[in-house]
Amino acid sequence: MLASAALGIPLGAWLALTPFRGRRILTALIYTGMGLPPVLVGLIVYLFLSRSGPFGSLGWLFSFQAMVVAQTIIATPLILGVTMSSVLAIPHELRLQLQSLGATHWQTTLAVLWEARLGVIVGLVAGFGSIISEVGAVMLVGGNIEGRTRVLTTAIVLETRQGHFDVALALGIILLALSFVSNSALVILQHRTGAPS
Amino acid sequence: MSKVLYALKDVEHSYAQRTVLRIPALDIYTGEILALVGPSGAGKSTLLRLLALLEAPVRGTLHLHLGERPITKADARIHERRQLGMVFQRPILLSRSVRANVAYGLRLRGQRDANAQVDAMLERIAMRDLADARAQTLSGGELQRVALARALILEPRLLLLDEPTANLDPHNVHLIETLLREQHERYHTTLVLVTHNVFQAKRLATRVALLLDGELVEIAPSAAFFESPRDPRTAAFISGDLIY
Repeated sequence: MLASAALGIPLGAWLALTPFRGRRILTALIYTGMGLPPVLVGLIVYLFLSRSGPFGSLGWLFSFQAMVVAQTIIATPLILGVTMSSVLAIPHELRLQLQSLGATHWQTTLAVLWEARLGVIVGLVAGFGSIISEVGAVMLVGGNIEGRTRVLTTAIVLETRQGHFDVALALGIILLALSFVSNSALVILQHRTGAPS
Repeated sequence: MSKVLYALKDVEHSYAQRTVLRIPALDIYTGEILALVGPSGAGKSTLLRLLALLEAPVRGTLHLHLGERPITKADARIHERRQLGMVFQRPILLSRSVRANVAYGLRLRGQRDANAQVDAMLERIAMRDLADARAQTLSGGELQRVALARALILEPRLLLLDEPTANLDPHNVHLIETLLREQHERYHTTLVLVTHNVFQAKRLATRVALLLDGELVEIAPSAAFFESPRDPRTAAFISGDLIY
């Protein structure tokens, strides 16, 4: 999540504020990335990290790192795309007005990003949601190894397969509670920053 | 004779290959209040954006003389740009408090503790009691006063104003004009004011220029401009007979 936010927010702001040739195509690609099937991401990461793949020497397959890579690929386009649209929705005139007050390019970008904070937080919520509920990719690249790469979603799948529906349901409730607590924290952040909630 | 602040030579500007401004020559002097008048679409706001170094002319030269070397948009450094202020016709404030908006430019310049300065400025614009109000809750007149305050607090050597009183009620117009007059008298700030209101130009300006269809028709000291215009179009504009 942190990696996706660190990549998605600055890149989204940059794409929205910097006109260049091919931006439309890139935007279309990002929007496509927002709907990437997690299983496909898992498969591609698996192929890249498998022993015969280009990054096989890292030895990351069925590790925590592999899961982070897959989830970063899933969440980044979501955060990036929503950040970009939110920044694009801020009037261009604001940037000129900030520049007229002596803002540098960097200061202007920060101020515009702050004005778009509601959208940025929505992007973070969407990214977090995609990560916490994800099962296909982490199952493929993590291998659901107990004590190492088993997460709540993959544990739910396992318990269901074994017929332990009560445990699976309990894990599901924990997952929901975690999601609720995290999203509530983001809503509080939204409120504290003065963005309408 | 005052020092030349801006020197424009053969300036042309266009948007989407349509020329919107053509000025063979124009000098603007330190300490004056120059009003740019003319109908909508005459090129007044375009000229103001060029003067603010927000855009560069597509042809010709625009030199701003702040120090020893004349500067253009391309070579203006941040400390030079920070000597200019601009108030836009439709100001957009940050979604923060009035106080934070007024202090914004100071904070950009690294001044963290500016409360006393901001309070004094809010007093000047008669908005001390709205210091903590959110900018989005302000009326049009209050919004424009905050926009003026956030520019004035930076003590610019030059203030560019794009229709600062358009669509405001007489009370707010009077308040803003008083602030501008004070700024000019106390701090000798050079003011370039775009307005389509000839009466406002007459009240405030030391020199007035008429722009029509992107061309500078006439520029003269205020009294001469209003009392003995040389160009018949100027006379028609002043009398309200110019149909556009």
